[in-house]
Amino acid sequence: MENALDILMRLWETSGFFLIVSDWRQLIMIVVALFLLYLGLVKKFEPLLLVGIAFGMLLVNLPGSNMYHPELWDGYIAGTTTITDIFHEGGLLDILYIGVKSGLYPSLIFLGVGAMTDFGPLIANPKSLLLGAAAQLGIFAAFLMAGLIFQFEPNVAASIGIIGGADGPTAIWLTSKLAPEYLAPIAIAAYSYMALIPLIQPPVMRLLTTEEERKIKMDQLRPVSKKEKIVFPIVVTVFVVLLLPSVAPLLGCLMLGNLFKESGVTDRLSDTAQNALMNIVTIFLAVSVGGTALYDRFLTPQTIFIIILGLLAFEFATMGGLLLGKLMCKITGGKINPLIGSAGVSAVPMAARVSQKEGAKANPSNFLLMHAMGPNVAGVIGSAVAAGFMLAVFGG
Amino acid sequence: MSVVEYLVNSLLGICVVFFALALLIAIIVIMSKLNLSDEPKKAKGAAAAAAAPAASANADVPLAPGTAGDFKLYNTDPRDAAMVMAIVADELQKPLNELRFISIREITPKED
Repeated sequence: MENALDILMRLWETSGFFLIVSDWRQLIMIVVALFLLYLGLVKKFEPLLLVGIAFGMLLVNLPGSNMYHPELWDGYIAGTTTITDIFHEGGLLDILYIGVKSGLYPSLIFLGVGAMTDFGPLIANPKSLLLGAAAQLGIFAAFLMAGLIFQFEPNVAASIGIIGGADGPTAIWLTSKLAPEYLAPIAIAAYSYMALIPLIQPPVMRLLTTEEERKIKMDQLRPVSKKEKIVFPIVVTVFVVLLLPSVAPLLGCLMLGNLFKESGVTDRLSDTAQNALMNIVTIFLAVSVGGTALYDRFLTPQTIFIIILGLLAFEFATMGGLLLGKLMCKITGGKINPLIGSAGVSAVPMAARVSQKEGAKANPSNFLLMHAMGPNVAGVIGSAVAAGFMLAVFGG
Repeated sequence: MSVVEYLVNSLLGICVVFFALALLIAIIVIMSKLNLSDEPKKAKGAAAAAAAPAASANADVPLAPGTAGDFKLYNTDPRDAAMVMAIVADELQKPLNELRFISIREITPKED
């Protein structure tokens, strides 16, 4: 009889119900994970990623699940643990996390993004590349604030700054290399704010532009030939990678995916990159990123600072694009609607849709969507270049 | 890292981004000069040829090129119409091929 009681006691002591009361922070993380699940499932905030991230977060914070071991990754960074050790001793999420740490998942996501992107509006109006560059102001403004005001280490400040690129895969790619311990809060901030773009951008857009500027109708874009669309990804890869080799994995995959789409002879590959591959990698990426949000590493003041800085990064990025848009509007004698500048923050195609909606509010016959797609896809290239720069400077 | 180093890195970073994208502008401009855009001319010619019979069938308001029904455009060019239809489909969350458009008219301030 005593023996049976001992067994029951041991079972109780090893169960999650017993372990969960050992640290109240685990309960908080479970509530946070459930809240993020609610945002993804009910409010439809980037559900394809947020549901996976939230579920990964839930799994690792259930006591005793042993799915992710940050100490193994600390050892890997310190050089005392090898990938073989991680395979032997790690949990499921440790193994999936190898794809994040190696930069594999973000690059494959970019392959799919490239296969879904039409660079036609950008080729038709190359000036929009400047708007995509100006909107990267958010990255560098947040980098400065993170380093100088919040006293983060430069490599961490660079990872926080990249939230302003409004590009989830780029943020994950850079953070996994520069500051992997902050991967979860940075990824969650990036994806949450991307989902909130329709709320974040319009107040700044209305503040920085006049009613007359918002009413401006832009000229029709020129048609872009098939040849131009095929040559574009090849020459962009050659020139940008020669300029900044560290950006090769992201930009190379983006342009390869686009070449699959535009070439017309690799439809099967384009289809796989856009659908099957993208979906598989999205599952792995989301769950493993969420899995890094362990209570003892996530519930810190730094997480709150990152959330604040992420919002500021998005606002500064929007301002950068809008201010250059206003300048270009003046220079061209009112031919450019400054609203398209805010689309330079990436977040394809959400930011372009916001430009369209704000333009249509001022003038119902105003169709800015295609014009805004130029800066929008330029922003993807711009944020990848900024990430490459940060990696070259702070990557050791 | 000192304040000055932070500022220098930020300035350098934004300059690199602008330089890289300015380089792409130059490449695109060169591409457009290299006679890579001969296809749209052909397409334009084909579209004009396709539109000609439609125009003769209904002289005052021609049917939109490529339309499957009685879809008319008033003071709206086909590219704008395509964008309007895409936006409407997106707003309604319905596939474009499940929607039927009768006509699209540009509303000018004078008509308001």
